[in-house]
Amino acid sequence: MVHAIATILLAQLAGELAARGLGLPLPGPVLGALFLVGLLAWRGGPGESLERAADGLLSNLSLLFVPAGVGVMLHAGLIGREWLAIAGALLFSTVLTVAVTGLVFRLLSRPPRGDAP
Amino acid sequence: MTELERLWVYLAASPLLWLTATLLAYLAGAWAFEKSGRLALVNPVAVAMALLIGVLVATGTPYRTYFEGAQFVHFLLGPATVALAVPLWRYRSQLRKAALPLAAALLAGAATSILSAVGIALALGADPVTVASLAPKSVTSPIAMGIAEQIGGIPSLTAALVICTGILGAVLGPTVLRLLRITDPQAQGTALGTASHGIGTAAAFQIDKLAGTFAGIAMALNGFLTALLVPVFVRLL
Repeated sequence: MVHAIATILLAQLAGELAARGLGLPLPGPVLGALFLVGLLAWRGGPGESLERAADGLLSNLSLLFVPAGVGVMLHAGLIGREWLAIAGALLFSTVLTVAVTGLVFRLLSRPPRGDAP
Repeated sequence: MTELERLWVYLAASPLLWLTATLLAYLAGAWAFEKSGRLALVNPVAVAMALLIGVLVATGTPYRTYFEGAQFVHFLLGPATVALAVPLWRYRSQLRKAALPLAAALLAGAATSILSAVGIALALGADPVTVASLAPKSVTSPIAMGIAEQIGGIPSLTAALVICTGILGAVLGPTVLRLLRITDPQAQGTALGTASHGIGTAAAFQIDKLAGTFAGIAMALNGFLTALLVPVFVRLL
């Protein structure tokens, strides 16, 4: 368990160092995840304890954004002023994204037929 | 000062109270979600946020005091992002089989999400800070908050927008897919995971296990893709 946590934190630390050290426009933990994928490929798999730790974190992912979400109370004024732009952008952009992603996937997953009518 | 008031003054300043309150509020949200028959509108995070904000406002507790306790939960966002490596590794064979449609759909979806959110917000006269907070709205919140911070948005505003996007995608997404006659579970999952991250993934698992798996993959990959694309778009715009 400690080994698994240390592995995850070490990957995150390496990610933060790389992102800041090289001035990359990527969040440190995202780079850390890429490092961890590399490590898994090299070691041939995560092993049971890392798998358990990762599943534990990911199955409770939504809990983790509660503290930051509560911080929205600090921005009540901004949301009050801009609610129309925010609501419009969220609603139309989300519907559009579902449609475009689904259509492109369907378009390319069909086997190509040379002489279709 | 009464004994009760003294107790409150002590507890309200310690991390224990607000850390416990965060977990209890989330449990209450999860309970309400189950009781409602897993209705996407009764999202556990939205319920927890509403409960906690209500308590903080009612007791006159500043957000900074709350966060001193809640930061222990907040810290785990980074490790959770790193942990996405494990499912990516686990599903590598499915990924390889559907590589072409998945990659193209992800790229189109990520670009659509960022550009349409930014474009609509600008057209409706939103502030640059709001626009920057909206740009990464479709990806899972640890990544979205990191992106927002980097481009001059407000991470906590982004967290709330990410949750709203998740709920909208979970409520409207399946209907959109039905209207477009997209019946392949792989396509359905990819669309829901790309547009609305973990909450969309939960909705995809309700359709079908394969759809849920693809939604999880799409959520993780879109996190990386959006982290790469947003700074590029910001430089171009």
